[in-house]
Amino acid sequence: MIANFAVVLGEWKPLTTGFLNTVWICALSGAVSLVLSVFVSMLLVSRRSALRRAAQGAVDVLRALPFLMLLFIVYYCLPALHLRFSSWTCGLASLVVYNTAYFAEILRGAWAHLPREQEEAGRAYGYAGVGLYRRIILPQILIASGPVLGNQLITLVKNSAFLMVITIPDLTFMANQVQAIYFVPFETMLVAVMLYWTICSTIEWIVRGMERVAVVRGHE
Amino acid sequence: MSEPRGHAGHVVDVRGLGKSFGPLRVLRDVSLHVAAGRTLCVLGPSGSGKSTLLRCINFLERPDEGAVFLRGERVGFRRTPAGRERPMSDRELARMRTRIGMVFQQFNLWPHLTVLGNLVESPIHVQQRPRGEVVAEADALLDKIGLRDKRDAYPSRLSGGQKQRVAIARALAMKPEVLLFDEPTSSLDPELVGEVLAVMRDLAREGQTMIVVTHEMGFAREAADEVLFMDEGAVIETAAPQRFFDNPSTARVRQFLQRFA
Repeated sequence: MIANFAVVLGEWKPLTTGFLNTVWICALSGAVSLVLSVFVSMLLVSRRSALRRAAQGAVDVLRALPFLMLLFIVYYCLPALHLRFSSWTCGLASLVVYNTAYFAEILRGAWAHLPREQEEAGRAYGYAGVGLYRRIILPQILIASGPVLGNQLITLVKNSAFLMVITIPDLTFMANQVQAIYFVPFETMLVAVMLYWTICSTIEWIVRGMERVAVVRGHE
Repeated sequence: MSEPRGHAGHVVDVRGLGKSFGPLRVLRDVSLHVAAGRTLCVLGPSGSGKSTLLRCINFLERPDEGAVFLRGERVGFRRTPAGRERPMSDRELARMRTRIGMVFQQFNLWPHLTVLGNLVESPIHVQQRPRGEVVAEADALLDKIGLRDKRDAYPSRLSGGQKQRVAIARALAMKPEVLLFDEPTSSLDPELVGEVLAVMRDLAREGQTMIVVTHEMGFAREAADEVLFMDEGAVIETAAPQRFFDNPSTARVRQFLQRFA
């Protein structure tokens, strides 16, 4: 058993590569998704009903889709339409599109729960349109939805493991290679699980910090 | 045909305002005007349309009939070069609202900003005045309402009375031409009402133009230059406070005042 762990630790290089790939894939796609979701959330409450319905339809479809299905569609079906991208592009784009839908829906929900008077106070003090959203509404709904956004970020990290099926060398992919070469499945997976746990608890830690901010800067 | 212009000597001039919510007529032909430096108190039973009247003055509600003028300029409409009037865009309307301060019953401070942040938010980001100047004025306002020590606190850490004083300072920070108060003490614990009324009394004395919807009869009697009484969406009586309280001319007002005697 100890000897098996020694084998796994001896393979620290591929495991570290996989770990770092997972970290930057998740950080980049999480950040891009969050930024995009701010714009999508504005569409979700647009006064133009055609725009609002189209955006809500797209968000609903994406949320009803298992992430693996989306990945297969992007990676296997788009080439049939002569749209061919690298596996990295497909993987990142899928994560971004999928999580933008979730983040946008979370922001829309938080907006719906924001007291109407907050928006009204903004209007009474000279805000309208995008300025009203950016200065008055967005900061409040980001604070209010911090824990839910954090949960979705953790789901993103776990979904990123699916990227191995389109040959992206993430942590799961590398761990699978190590265990296949040396046939030490238990020890390798244990190490991989510990590394995933490290990423997720870091996110948890950040979310708890945000919750402390929310207590002071939130509605009572 | 050209629309009548508002009276330029009046800061606020309201003419024939009407508003319905579905079948319910909330305002019927309401007219009033407030001259510079004067305080108008609007009294009346709950549901008489007082709050709706205030919300129509800054167009948070769009009136169905009538017109509101701010220093002779029509609120919510803009004159085209051809001399016609067209409704303002959201942005134009927002810009005009910075000239009308509003203090809400529920304070509606922005919880994500500190006390100072609440005061300087609109002057810096909407009125685009220089930060240094705005912050210095905000500090002076905080001194005036006695809350300089709460400058960097968040609203969640303040009492109701402190919140409402900050909300008044937030309105003043925009240097508005008129301040609208929508029942500013109605959601406060009784022991906190006094500190808010004291700030408002000072403002009235300093010549800030104000329209105050309130149930505080004592405040209306002392601080108002004029009292307007509404019932069922209509103006029943307008009078100087002394005359209004001591010798009202309508039976409806006498009946209303008896409940406070």
